[in-house]
Amino acid sequence: MNIPFAIRTYAPEILREALKRMYLIRRFEEGAEDSYMRGLIHGTMHLSIGQEASAMATCIELGDNDKITSTHRGHGHCIAKGADVGRMFAEFFGKETGYCHGRGGSMHIADVKTGNLGANGIVGGGLPIAVGAALSAKRLGRPDVTVCFFGDGANNEGAFHESLNMAAVWKLPVIFVCENNGYGMSTSTARSTAVKRIADRAAGYSMPGVTVDGNDFSAVAEAVHHAIARARAGEGPSLVENLTYRWRGHSKSDRNRYRTKEEIAEWMERDPIARFRAELIAHGVLDEAGANAIETQAQAYVEAGIEFAKASPAPGIGDVTRYVYAEAQG
Amino acid sequence: MNAMTDLRLMTYSEAIREAMAIALEADPTVILMGEDIGVYGGAFQVTLDLIDRFGPDRVMDTPISELGGAGVAVGAALTGLKPIFEFQFSDFAMLAMEQIVNQAAKLRYMLGGEASVPVVFRLPSGSGTGAAAQHSQSIEAWFGHVPGLKVLQPSTPEDAKGMLLAALADPDPVMIFEHKLLYKMKGEVPAGHYLTPIGKAAIRREGTDVTIVAGSIMVHRALEAAEKLAAEGISAEVIDLRSIRPIDHATILASVKKTGRLMVVYEGVKAFGVGAEISAMVSESEAFDFLDAPILRLGAADAPVPYNPDLERAAVPQVDTIEAAARRLARREV
Repeated sequence: MNIPFAIRTYAPEILREALKRMYLIRRFEEGAEDSYMRGLIHGTMHLSIGQEASAMATCIELGDNDKITSTHRGHGHCIAKGADVGRMFAEFFGKETGYCHGRGGSMHIADVKTGNLGANGIVGGGLPIAVGAALSAKRLGRPDVTVCFFGDGANNEGAFHESLNMAAVWKLPVIFVCENNGYGMSTSTARSTAVKRIADRAAGYSMPGVTVDGNDFSAVAEAVHHAIARARAGEGPSLVENLTYRWRGHSKSDRNRYRTKEEIAEWMERDPIARFRAELIAHGVLDEAGANAIETQAQAYVEAGIEFAKASPAPGIGDVTRYVYAEAQG
Repeated sequence: MNAMTDLRLMTYSEAIREAMAIALEADPTVILMGEDIGVYGGAFQVTLDLIDRFGPDRVMDTPISELGGAGVAVGAALTGLKPIFEFQFSDFAMLAMEQIVNQAAKLRYMLGGEASVPVVFRLPSGSGTGAAAQHSQSIEAWFGHVPGLKVLQPSTPEDAKGMLLAALADPDPVMIFEHKLLYKMKGEVPAGHYLTPIGKAAIRREGTDVTIVAGSIMVHRALEAAEKLAAEGISAEVIDLRSIRPIDHATILASVKKTGRLMVVYEGVKAFGVGAEISAMVSESEAFDFLDAPILRLGAADAPVPYNPDLERAAVPQVDTIEAAARRLARREV
């Protein structure tokens, strides 16, 4: 039997932690969805259920000094990069203890200390910012890389093209990770994008571009591993396209009128968490009982996180303009 | 050594260049970015020769990608650099609105104070160069509407240098609108490092009959008009706004209380502009009861900036139109 890249590359405890974080992402988003239904969370949210391998496998080699820029569908990235689900729930609940002190919510979730420069409400908004973060690393002589998550929708924004071009011209340590879930809201990539593979766009900017099964943890980890190595070696940016699927609608307003039940069911068969779990068991990284324990633990973190958020204080109404500008020193 | 004792005569653009050189020298995290700012020296030669002193890694020519370039500056500012990003013309900032307004201005707030974006945008601005509708606009008021930004308009070489150094010392995004017609204007500039306080207007001429609030090149036109009015016994006070976000309410209100008459002169289109903000602010204040006449706004015509030189002149306030309007206001003919 061929041993998958991830199994032969990462220590068992790293792989078990990755599985735990994938469960954490799934349970977190289910918990967020449930809290929304109960009226504990207002506004809207964009769930990444079904895309967990893309987030986690991309982040598996990143340290806290490495940066990511995220998207409106960014909960998974945030957890994969190391954020605490209690503070994330607190943010979604609009509480002062949230990562953004209740000012950002789901669409601006960030954790600067673990290198997450933030989700973004603007499609393509994070792309130039990621290139800027990579420029900082290069100019300041730091070994960090920046991973720029974006969706298939962003590949038709001007910011995408300008960013890839500048990253290539300046040979910056950035990895562009396209999570192609097939739809920009309701518009399929087939109807919106002139190239068959978004990774083909890389050729226009003289960087490697590779398309992988985004629901295959090991395939994503391998592609990103090579891109990170290239970036750290000073050879410049790469583009990795993870083909994946969101089980839920674009946002809470989505009635799924643009895709079939059969298509959704077919993709649910390719559940990235179930696949990764089976792979870890098949290669003796853990057993069934161990996997169940990890799953139970993730559920417990999520439940504790919700309780933390519920019990947390809301921001003071008088603080509505706080954080617009830096507070005066002293 | 007291920097203020060592004054040299230099142009507005030399003063800006000196500020950048001081910053590049003192702080290794400062970088310059922009289109053709390297060997070309920038469209208005403001960065001339800096690439020779500091090299292409710190004086970076960008592709013609305003949105991407501004966004790279924002991302770099978020992660430890202090970029000074030059737009070739302020008009081109419209291509980068997303990064300026949705990202730079809001990141600190969206992230609950956990992030800082110390980026400086330099924007050559204004009409009078015959460059017509897409290279002559004065759009500073647009950014006055955006919480999170600071918006400055230096009118003198001294301020141009001091404001740029103050912008660099500021932890938030700052936009500096430089007037193209002022680049060659000479004035006394202190040597060394000094800061022009952000948000503090300057009274450039004291007067008792009418207050003229102006910014950028309009300060000079207002001063010239005030000089002519003085000959006929009308005493105009001229306030150089310097910063439109934040606006120095206190200086304006104190002057209005003294003169009882207010006129706001600006190069942006008259409607929905700086004048509207200031007149509304005065109307809402305790200074309202001191007014002896309606507040007057003098701004640009309700048209794009025209090419024909006579039309171009007519489109924005000039010395003679400021003088005439101030006279009418002083005589209560409005």
